[in-house]
Amino acid sequence: MKQILFLLLGSAGIFASEALTGAVEKQPLNMSAIIMFVIFVGATLGITYWAAKRTKTAKDFYTAGGGITGFQNGMAIAGDYMSAASFLGISALVYGKGYDGLIYSIGFLVGWPIILFMVAERLRNLGKYTFADVASYRLRQTPIRTLAAFGSITTVILYLIAQMVGAGKLIQLLFGLDYEIAVVLVGVLMILYVTFGGMLATTWVQIIKAFLLLAGATFMAIAVMAHYNFNFESLFATAVQMKDVSIMAPGKLVSDPISAISLGVALMFGTAGLPHILMRFFTVSDAKEARKSVFYATGFIGYFYILTFIIGFGAIVMVFQNPQYLDLAKQAVDGGYPILGGDNMAAIHLSHAVGGDFFLGFISAVAFATILAVVSGLTLAGASAISHDLYASVIRKGKSDGLMEMKVSKVATVVLGIVAIFLGITFEDQNIAFMVGLAFAIAASANFPILFLSMYWSKLTTRGALIGGSLGLLTAAVLVVLGPTVWVDVLKHADPIFPYKYPALFSVSMAFIGIWFFSITDNSESAKQEKEAFEAQYIRSQTGIGAEGAVEH
Amino acid sequence: MKQEMVDRIKNDPDYIHLVSVRSRFAWTLTIIMLVIYFGFVLVIAFDPTYLGTPLSAGSVTTIGIPVGVGVILSAFILTGIYVRRANGEFDELTRRIKDKAKGN
Repeated sequence: MKQILFLLLGSAGIFASEALTGAVEKQPLNMSAIIMFVIFVGATLGITYWAAKRTKTAKDFYTAGGGITGFQNGMAIAGDYMSAASFLGISALVYGKGYDGLIYSIGFLVGWPIILFMVAERLRNLGKYTFADVASYRLRQTPIRTLAAFGSITTVILYLIAQMVGAGKLIQLLFGLDYEIAVVLVGVLMILYVTFGGMLATTWVQIIKAFLLLAGATFMAIAVMAHYNFNFESLFATAVQMKDVSIMAPGKLVSDPISAISLGVALMFGTAGLPHILMRFFTVSDAKEARKSVFYATGFIGYFYILTFIIGFGAIVMVFQNPQYLDLAKQAVDGGYPILGGDNMAAIHLSHAVGGDFFLGFISAVAFATILAVVSGLTLAGASAISHDLYASVIRKGKSDGLMEMKVSKVATVVLGIVAIFLGITFEDQNIAFMVGLAFAIAASANFPILFLSMYWSKLTTRGALIGGSLGLLTAAVLVVLGPTVWVDVLKHADPIFPYKYPALFSVSMAFIGIWFFSITDNSESAKQEKEAFEAQYIRSQTGIGAEGAVEH
Repeated sequence: MKQEMVDRIKNDPDYIHLVSVRSRFAWTLTIIMLVIYFGFVLVIAFDPTYLGTPLSAGSVTTIGIPVGVGVILSAFILTGIYVRRANGEFDELTRRIKDKAKGN
């Protein structure tokens, strides 16, 4: 338990629970979980078969034909965002540290309103399949698409590694399967969903999983509260008796103001620069549905974080010190109250405490389903960057036909899936806690500034976007390597060269300043044309005139 | 989009109104959200004990609990406020602009 808790809170920092690192122990084979998981896989493969018959064109493949409703898309966005690691990780954080878990989850939520106010509608009005469509709208296609695709693929791969390693460990914990088998199983199912069912299947896998996760978490929270007659004060009072009063106040999660602001910048702008999230806005028919998507997504995600807070406290009162879940062997060595399988199992043990073996199986199956859904969304976004941005726009200069593009996308999916399996196995015993943080930093420092300024700033030029965006990407990567998470924790140096864990404040500033400077000093003829083209782009972004419509299924 | 259409829309009073009102509204809500969140984070960074103050004498529940839940609710409410106005007033203006742009 100590190992996981340490990695979760200590050296690795706030993104660690997204990555689920640390040693875990294989659990005995869990049959009821496996049966429920098999039912889920059967149902989703059925949906994939249904979706495959409806996925005929590139537009179907990338955006489910643009016919997803705002409510469905909001649910799917929430499904993309509520990973298994965040469910188990945040409830473990609340279980271990109380209030700090709430601070952590709030950071992940507040990016959503900003996405709605600033990005969602314009993105929908301007784009087709990927956010690079918007970024390169009036700029030179080849350099901007290449940079955007590079930013997307890097983000996707870092995120995928974290998810795959998390998946392998989680499945060892929950189902008692071998790590390699778990990683291969996730990779193969994800390839099946995406190559055959495209965005339509991926969306429905997300929706079902989001529904199951919210339903399961709601049941757990209600069961906990029912024990205390729905009185929070008595729940908290019991929890404080079990641990101590520090769980009711901020702890060590946020230390100095610069780290705090830098982390906020990474979470906020990073969310608005994640390719698999941005891509979801092209699955709805118009700006109105795009708006509704964010409204519902914010509601579901916020509700989910409140549930995980209750679940964490529920685990303190019902799992902590409960002899049934105590790891006696570990207790004999380390003392304290270590629980079986480590802190990340807090929510899982709680599901057993409130609902017995059957409900334990259900929650375990939902956790596995969650991983599958998240990696499918990521892979589809990565494959789109390869086929739509690199192949169709950069290599074929926009002259390829949709069917060929879709074939390339499917091949890219299979390749990404195999790469993900390979990397997942390679990184099994590595410290990968920095990877989600790095993915957010790159999304915030390269993808977001280019996307944002392309929609808001008329004087943006190709040169500015290219140099500034690259500077942001490099600064983020270099500062993460020189900072505490890689330089000290992975490379084992004594002191970091760059003192802060979260570089976003610096790398995002670098990107904006770079883009600004190299745009205003760009006096070329093409820059002049790019500035002139802003007016027409702006009108389309505001009104949706000329925007992509939906197809009927 | 043809230049002639760009010029027509650009000078449409409805369009000018939509762009200015919506921008102001979106920026206002953005700033409110930023102030709420970064205010919350900075209180934690500068005065970590404040949020640990009990709500009332003898209670275990601290000020931090309603404040934290309040930040989550504020995010949801702000999106709701925006969507409500955009789906009504702004979409109606957009529809009129589009109709005129088509030359009806």
